[in-house]
Amino acid sequence: MTIVSDTISQDPEAKARPMRINWVRAAPWLYTLGLFLVWELLVIALDTPVTVLPAPSRVFQAVVQYWSAIWKNSLQTLFTTTLGFGLAVGGGLALGLFIGWSKTIYAGLYPLMIGFNAIPKVAVVPILVIWFGIGTIPAVITAFLISFFPIVVNVATGLATIEPETEDVLRALGARKMDIMLKVGIPRSMPYFFGSLKIAITLAFVGSVLSETVAANYGLGNMMSSAQSQFNVPLVFAGLLALAVEGIAMYALMAWIEKRMTGWAHRSTMAN
Amino acid sequence: MPHLVSIDDVDMRYGGAEGTLAVSGLTMRVGKGDFAAVVGPSGCGKSTLMKLVTGLHIPQKGTVIVAGRQVTQPVSIVGMAFQNPTMLPWRTTLENILLPLEIVERHRHRLRANRREYVGKAEHLLELVGLKGFGAKFPWQLSGGMQQRANLCRALIHEPDLLMLDEPFGALDAFTREELWCVIRDLHAAQGVTIILVTHDLREAAFLADKIFVMSARPGRILREHRVPFERPRELELMYETEFNDLVHQLHGEIASARIAA
Repeated sequence: MTIVSDTISQDPEAKARPMRINWVRAAPWLYTLGLFLVWELLVIALDTPVTVLPAPSRVFQAVVQYWSAIWKNSLQTLFTTTLGFGLAVGGGLALGLFIGWSKTIYAGLYPLMIGFNAIPKVAVVPILVIWFGIGTIPAVITAFLISFFPIVVNVATGLATIEPETEDVLRALGARKMDIMLKVGIPRSMPYFFGSLKIAITLAFVGSVLSETVAANYGLGNMMSSAQSQFNVPLVFAGLLALAVEGIAMYALMAWIEKRMTGWAHRSTMAN
Repeated sequence: MPHLVSIDDVDMRYGGAEGTLAVSGLTMRVGKGDFAAVVGPSGCGKSTLMKLVTGLHIPQKGTVIVAGRQVTQPVSIVGMAFQNPTMLPWRTTLENILLPLEIVERHRHRLRANRREYVGKAEHLLELVGLKGFGAKFPWQLSGGMQQRANLCRALIHEPDLLMLDEPFGALDAFTREELWCVIRDLHAAQGVTIILVTHDLREAAFLADKIFVMSARPGRILREHRVPFERPRELELMYETEFNDLVHQLHGEIASARIAA
């Protein structure tokens, strides 16, 4: 009797375990799939013309059909974006540390930066074209300009919010400004810095594609604008898809770097 | 006995000539090896006193002399601990404790070559405060009381002549606080360090200190100086004795009238 009841009670559990699906892990894929399904059904149901909204199946068809163009232009956009982003990381970190160093510099430069950030970058591209001609350089610079601001602000914030007690403890020991920056300020601003990279990388794509659309012979922006002028709407959407994929991939990379570099910040907030 | 800290007729005003006067005519002396407590109504300039002694603020009038030298810049012979333990979360507890050694001039150049010796010292301190074996933990893995113990180790690692404590136990529960009183009592006895404790807790002052300074309301000055008569070593039981309670009662009365006078 006992043997029988044992096998019965254990059986469903043993069977259920390998069947279990991790819904949280699967969710991003399922939701994306769901979006494409709804989109496809809507296009069929409303009978939308392909020049207005192509169905995802049509977009994927365009991806296959124009693969070499999409691949080449994607690489170009990835190149300009990453280069601009890289410059923004270097420059933003340096300027952020500079601004966070003293209250006077902070007070003086901050309004200037806000004003600069408020300028629509699309208005800046023609100026860049006058200076550098069309092509890669304006795209890199636009990506740089647009992604620079969040990095500076975040690094400066990290430095500006050092606890006064920590500073007192160290200054009473004879610490110089440089010591406090190296021992406390810079490590402390790192979570802010790595957090800002996620925002900055997506903005960098906005900048580079914007510039490519207005003034370039290569890149996804250029490809989409010429596809649009030929009413090749599926190719426009294929370009958008390529951008979304690049954006997600780079964002994921930044999130991974953030986690690797400043894991303590996540754990310490969890512990509190 | 020579005085380690002597403050003479000091005025300290914040924010220019029209700013608030935090302390005025402040005079006090603390002998070497003494345990002094400073109590007073809130806003009486106790924290200003901390900053004057450590050289974080330079007074407009009067002199502050620490270890025979007039204070004109931060003095690195002082260790400080605040109510907020301010452990750096990216460093382990041990690395946090070693931090002052990376700053203080006479240690920072020796640290790399003599790391083993310094780590040994830090571990000895951890053992003294009852945190043996916790050096590798990060501060956020420790409880509030444990962080405050580590904070004391950090304040003591560079062997300061003077330890300044600004309400270090204010944020802790009653039992943890009493435990840490004993830790501080034993540290004082073992290390022979001079301690100035700024506190709101009168029982804490009476239990720990040799001398209690009562400050007036702002602008702060010393109203009275009490010599605490109880023998050392003191046990927590002391706090239930009549003389102890009389002293606390008297301190309480003095601070209450100082508040009214303000």
